[in-house]
Amino acid sequence: MSAATSFSVNGGTVRVTAPPLKRLADVLREDLGLTGTKIGCNAGDCGACTVLLDGRQVCACMVPLGQAAGRAVTTVEGLAEGGRLSALQAAFQRHGAAQCGICTPGMLLAASDLLARDAAPDEPAVMDALGGVLCRCTGYRKIVEAVLDVAAPQADSEPAAGSAVGARLAKLDGMAMLTGATRFGADAIPADALWLRVVRSPHAAARFAVGDLAPLYDANPGLVRVLSAADLPCNGFGVYPDLKDQPVLADGVVRFRGEAVLALVGEKTALEAIADEAVPVAYEPIAAVVGLDAAMAEGAPLVQADKPGNLLIDGGLRKGDAEAALGSCAARAEGVFETAFVEHAYIEPEAGWARRLGKRLELHVSTQSPYMDRDETANILGLAPEQVRVLPSACGGGFGGKLDLSVQPLIALAAWLLERPVACVYQRPESMASSTKRHPARIRARFGCDAGGILQAVTMNADFDTGAYASWGPTVAVRVPVHATGPYHVPHVSARGRAFFSNAPPAGAFRGFGVPQSAIAHEALMDDLAAQLGLDRLAIRLRNALRPGQATASGQVLQASVGLAPCLEALAPPWSAALADAAAFNKTGGAWRRGVGIGCMWYGIGNTGLPNPSTMALALGRDGALTFYNGAVDIGQGSSTVLSQICADALGLPLGHFQLVVGDTDLTADAGKTSASRQTFVSGKAAQLAGEDLRGQILRLANAGPDAEIALDGTALRVTDGAARHVIELDSLPAAADGTVLRGEGSFDPPTTPLDDNGQGNPYATYGFAAQLAVADVDLALGVTKVRKIVAAHDVGRAINPIQVEGQIHGGIAQGLGLALMEEYIPGQTENLHDYLIPTVGDVPEIEVIVVEDAEPLGPFGAKGVGEPGLIPTAPAILGAIRHATGVRIARVPALPHRLRAAILAQAGPEDDTP
Amino acid sequence: MAGYLRPNSVSEALEALRARRWTVLAGGTDFYPERVGKPLDDDVLDITALDALRGIEARSDHWRIPALTTWSDLLAADLPPLFDGLKRAAKELGGVQIQNVATLSGNLCNASPAADGVPCLLSLGASVELSAVDRVVSLPVARFVLGNRATALGPDQLLTAIVVPKPKARRAYGHFLKLGARRYMVISIAMVAAVAEVADDGTIRAARVAVGACSAMAKRLPDLEAALKDRRFAPGLGEAAVAAHLGSLAPIDDVRGSATYRTDAALTLVRRALDELGARP
Repeated sequence: MSAATSFSVNGGTVRVTAPPLKRLADVLREDLGLTGTKIGCNAGDCGACTVLLDGRQVCACMVPLGQAAGRAVTTVEGLAEGGRLSALQAAFQRHGAAQCGICTPGMLLAASDLLARDAAPDEPAVMDALGGVLCRCTGYRKIVEAVLDVAAPQADSEPAAGSAVGARLAKLDGMAMLTGATRFGADAIPADALWLRVVRSPHAAARFAVGDLAPLYDANPGLVRVLSAADLPCNGFGVYPDLKDQPVLADGVVRFRGEAVLALVGEKTALEAIADEAVPVAYEPIAAVVGLDAAMAEGAPLVQADKPGNLLIDGGLRKGDAEAALGSCAARAEGVFETAFVEHAYIEPEAGWARRLGKRLELHVSTQSPYMDRDETANILGLAPEQVRVLPSACGGGFGGKLDLSVQPLIALAAWLLERPVACVYQRPESMASSTKRHPARIRARFGCDAGGILQAVTMNADFDTGAYASWGPTVAVRVPVHATGPYHVPHVSARGRAFFSNAPPAGAFRGFGVPQSAIAHEALMDDLAAQLGLDRLAIRLRNALRPGQATASGQVLQASVGLAPCLEALAPPWSAALADAAAFNKTGGAWRRGVGIGCMWYGIGNTGLPNPSTMALALGRDGALTFYNGAVDIGQGSSTVLSQICADALGLPLGHFQLVVGDTDLTADAGKTSASRQTFVSGKAAQLAGEDLRGQILRLANAGPDAEIALDGTALRVTDGAARHVIELDSLPAAADGTVLRGEGSFDPPTTPLDDNGQGNPYATYGFAAQLAVADVDLALGVTKVRKIVAAHDVGRAINPIQVEGQIHGGIAQGLGLALMEEYIPGQTENLHDYLIPTVGDVPEIEVIVVEDAEPLGPFGAKGVGEPGLIPTAPAILGAIRHATGVRIARVPALPHRLRAAILAQAGPEDDTP
Repeated sequence: MAGYLRPNSVSEALEALRARRWTVLAGGTDFYPERVGKPLDDDVLDITALDALRGIEARSDHWRIPALTTWSDLLAADLPPLFDGLKRAAKELGGVQIQNVATLSGNLCNASPAADGVPCLLSLGASVELSAVDRVVSLPVARFVLGNRATALGPDQLLTAIVVPKPKARRAYGHFLKLGARRYMVISIAMVAAVAEVADDGTIRAARVAVGACSAMAKRLPDLEAALKDRRFAPGLGEAAVAAHLGSLAPIDDVRGSATYRTDAALTLVRRALDELGARP
């Protein structure tokens, strides 16, 4: 039943004919084309769709169109004034408050509501106002800062040529995010597109048969096609060339709840009207293998018939003789630590659309890995890779979860077969049920040191639940043993990583690839050793910190940029102050106890012992346009800005000239996936080389020396070399078909070696290091933890853009806090964002970032990655703080209140004076 | 095809309810989340144009909180300290987006075991006014909310108002404590609402304490209430509460907490709520 409804949007009157129950968010996006309003959950859990209704913030996903009648709606598109950003938008831009940008419209509207009532709010008021909007990228701190700083004057000065690196630059793509102009996966779907809806298994393990589809077609004239496994030329995918074990559509057997069974293609409204029960799929549930114990049990049912023992991979590393060395240690610590499935919870659900153009296919998707999407989709459809063009949309958060295929093969297949554009946007529950997760881990580790606290030996056995399909399981199982020691020098190491299949969603890549889980283990054991020897927890870490010239567990002798020691030294003053503050606080008594914890990390940048090249290009056109062809998709972390800064300084022109082409597989070379903290280091180096290449060509044309200055003035390229001045008229140079007259290119593949049978080798060209301290208060009676402060010291080699570096660290800390305290994905139970909890603005504490720049000689201007390092030490630091406050060593995360309270009750009482 | 009716008068709404079955919609904050990825095919009676159901009123012996009163309306209303607990619940319920549209009455009608409004209204001794074409009846909240997602609302009835009686004593205070695993937008693991009516001699004339999320519906604790009666209204009130007072609760294990923990936490929350209540000037 449609009806005409009139209301005002951003000051103008609109009249919409649509069902009165239609969600206002859908009306704005579909009927009015205002796609700045985002949909993250359709359930009021995330606040991404926040708009103002008569000046008050509401979730547009829960307002029926009928209730908008006669009222005034304000969306993000209505915030800019006369083409200029509002003061609030400008403050967001200045502070780097938008990372991926998907929550930004909601945040802006929520803050607008507050500022209209209170022009100078305090921090608690800001938090209350923003409490209903989730952000997964920023850790909220820069958003809060921006709202508090709204009245400050706008200062946009652009850095001069050669001074972009190191500048606190606002994101180049930030403006579009703040006005709602950025197009995410669901934002640019053609009006004539068919839609695709996936039918998913409600069972963790079942055989199934599809019944007669004729009645379904008959009852739903708008249903065009039902796709099943039989429609797929090659029904298997996976991130490894030799491990395509996951079907696009299940073929008679489902192995996890949420697995895709059928795909319905048709008119959007027709698909929406089909109830799940109307689709004739008969399931015959079979015994599900749930959890590591079940997967590893003798005689366990096999999740994949050809994988004996449910074993995916058994990897390991041996250096020296760890058992013997442990035997002679003065102090030994051991423990078993468990973690849960963790959901990426990017606020943008998987989305995209595809169309066929003759013999080619175009995929417009939200992704972290355009070239992998291209090759995988081509493989599934039986096409040559070049027949597929991937045009990434803006990516509303990834964190590893958008490295694997989701909508891609389905919309590609449907568009290919039907020769119509086909779109698919996941609903939140199906996103959560079907996407990859962080691997649950059970890690048994032993650490031993001499009487002086110097580590002698480490053993680690890490078992991972990899879910139903391989995904990135092997990567995790291989990476973790290399990192088993933590960022410490240990002569004797034995480490093993195994991954087992179970009837759960595939565990894949998630910020840290298993290292956050193992860091929980090694940091707890470092605290144990400190306690046994009566050493300060920071001091024992500093004593063992890896230093240049020392060998890692894989036998790699580190040469440079080994900055843990400077991080710890920087942390020492706040550490002492925090300990003193906690001691004073705890003397006052009361229900709350304060603790201080510390966590250290290291992280190998890039793929483990595998090639991971990147190629960048920079072109000058005859029209004077300077185009940076950058295949590294920016998933919010800022690579488009950071790589441009690097490239601009290498070239010697101001950043203002740069036009960006990002991630289009027809126009940009393969930069590799945006993961493993590799883009700043690997693609950054390629960007530097590309800039230098173009600069070299220009200087040669002008016959100028290396220190010459370049300026671009329309089509005139002016080169000043001391007193000599040259002008290159670009429009007089011979041009390629696309108008390019000069083109620089750069490629970089970090030098690594494969790991041998004993896990020895140089798997990474460089490592990030960090140390964080956490101050947390624990309510002993309720088991509730409130993190009060984090101080994070990170060696990033060189901070190309300190705002983005801080943003990565803030966001990592928020995710680390979630891992430690609240996040646990349980299939069928926490498939939405109110049962699955991620930190809100009120949960992320004050964060102080200390940037340590121990330059990496291989990296661009000394830089290396920071994407994952932000997260890894946070959970260990928080758990250390809980332990300091309560005496309880948490062996299973998340430390939900009921678990922490039970642990507190189970132990004698709080320890008092751990140093 | 789904029907949709948005009447302007209460009588029109009640006539509609008499004629056929409708899903009643106000703030929509329970309606839409239950239908994510599902067809919107209910016949919906949208009551948000019933302006007669807006505006909290203080009457001679009670406050009348009409059905369309949102949590934000409540927060903005000038109400005595008796309502401080309910206001605290309002501030912690969802995000501001939810508070701006969700209604107290909807919270009751949805009858979630974890509804923050229910223990508060129990502690206020509130009743609901149920209207139909041919009758208006009043029912105490404890007899309206019958269990998990179950209420006494008849198919032809509309909850038109919540009625909170004015206490006999001149001084009355309310308080509310919520326990969740994060700061904002969190479903309660357990929550406690408490009201004390204080006689002129400084003793408690009447106390009402209710615990939520620890049973299929929030429960009052009559034994504790009896133990509080005639005690001095003063700091340290929490010591009156003992585990036996919570014997009628029947918590469950779920993703938010274990039953054992809820039992333990509920006692802590009750004691703290009473301590903080008694510390009121």
